[in-house]
Amino acid sequence: MIDQYVIPLLKILIVLFAGVLPAVTYMVLLERKVIAWAQSRLGPMRVGPYGVLQPVADAIKLMLKEDITPRKADRWVFTAAPIISMVPALIVYAVIPFGPVVKIFGKSVSLYITDVNVGLLYIVSVASVGVYGIILAGYSSNSKFPLLASLRASAQLISYEIAVTMTLVSVILMSGTLSMVGIVNAQYNSRLWYAFIQPVAFVIFFIGGLAETNRAPFDLPEAEQELTGGFHTEYSGMRFALFFLAEYANMIVVSSVATTLFFGGWLRPLPNVAALHFLDVIPSWIWFLLKSFVFLYIFIWVRATLPRYRYDQLMRLGWKVLIPLAIVNLVVTGIVKVLLS
Amino acid sequence: MAEAIAFYTIAAFILGFAVLVVTTKDTVHSVLYLVLDFLFVAALYVMLGAQFLAVIQVLVYAGGIVVLYLFVVMLVNLKRPPEAHQDPHRRSKLGLALAAAVLVELGAIVASGYAKAAAPTVPAAALPVSGNTEQVGWLLYTSYLIPFEIASMLLLVAMIGAIVLAKRDL
Repeated sequence: MIDQYVIPLLKILIVLFAGVLPAVTYMVLLERKVIAWAQSRLGPMRVGPYGVLQPVADAIKLMLKEDITPRKADRWVFTAAPIISMVPALIVYAVIPFGPVVKIFGKSVSLYITDVNVGLLYIVSVASVGVYGIILAGYSSNSKFPLLASLRASAQLISYEIAVTMTLVSVILMSGTLSMVGIVNAQYNSRLWYAFIQPVAFVIFFIGGLAETNRAPFDLPEAEQELTGGFHTEYSGMRFALFFLAEYANMIVVSSVATTLFFGGWLRPLPNVAALHFLDVIPSWIWFLLKSFVFLYIFIWVRATLPRYRYDQLMRLGWKVLIPLAIVNLVVTGIVKVLLS
Repeated sequence: MAEAIAFYTIAAFILGFAVLVVTTKDTVHSVLYLVLDFLFVAALYVMLGAQFLAVIQVLVYAGGIVVLYLFVVMLVNLKRPPEAHQDPHRRSKLGLALAAAVLVELGAIVASGYAKAAAPTVPAAALPVSGNTEQVGWLLYTSYLIPFEIASMLLLVAMIGAIVLAKRDL
């Protein structure tokens, strides 16, 4: 009874309310701080010491703001769109492994919510449903700029999804399993993280991840200069905040998937070298969070560094560079795997 | 018992949304009902223990094909109500005939299902591989190889056709 219902429920609550939601709100602060440092500014400093309470103030402000629905908007779809973009970003965490099975108070507990044998496909399919949030937000606002932005966003998401999924196939070829836990174990057995065996796949995955989360330099759907704000122009208050949080939640998803697939998930560096056993003092889930944090930092770093792509450049990069490269990588992986076995 | 309740609930949702798809006036809403419909079909697959199929259903239909539908519907901007179509061919008896054919087919399947109910189903243990994905892959490349190849040929033809239509001068 306890093993079947209570522990999974506890895990879901801990992951969502102690993990994802605080992480998402503090990502906003981290982003503002890091960009400020990159531009020789201080960033938020007023609320709390060094501005650490800024997310709390932001949340209160957003919840108290008036929530406006445009008169000619498609009311039901307008209301549903933020929810549709938030839910997929949250339910992906069901299959992300934060650590292996560990003993807590003499009871073995797995540090992941569930391990289905189609875990990776589950992530891809849930992410593909997330597109609806953006398309519908743009459509239902009944306003020109959001519609243009949402068309841009969905075209971008659909194009980069192909390249990303292709790289995932080459990872699956290496590991021989679709389960996220299985992929980490396969990396333990192969003695090398897949980032070093599949560098091309990793680079394509990361670029595609930037594009799929609408982050700079691919943040065309939110190009303020051209679109007055993007697909969420007509949203205000808490609904706007939901889109915002969904974007950050998606960033965390991409970082944790990249960590799991290419950087050994919860494994410590060089897990097979006995001389480094003292590193096991640090629990596995901390390794996982550290690696994910590095990716999140790179996301912000890239935004502070690179200028935005032009729309035709973006499409050309996706279709004429990344997809062919991903296909070649897949074919080469297959050939090498057959030759080695 | 719980399984039956779950099945009938999901089935009711599937049928309900299917009816809404064809009766809703607003085309975008009708496409959205189609997405919900596909999601409930995926839930049905999960109930049957076919997680792989469920995930593929969401990925290909709900997440892939319907997004393209939505694109077309949004860009074409169909503001005409369905009554505006006075084209007699659209309300011809062909539709009724097709619906009748489907009904007969479904009836035949149900009837043959009752007839075969006593016969044991093929045990999954007969396959040399375990795991949902592996079993689907194994069956596709052994027992169902020819249908699989024909389906992929069909997709290839469609792809080439799209290219020919889009690019008149190659």
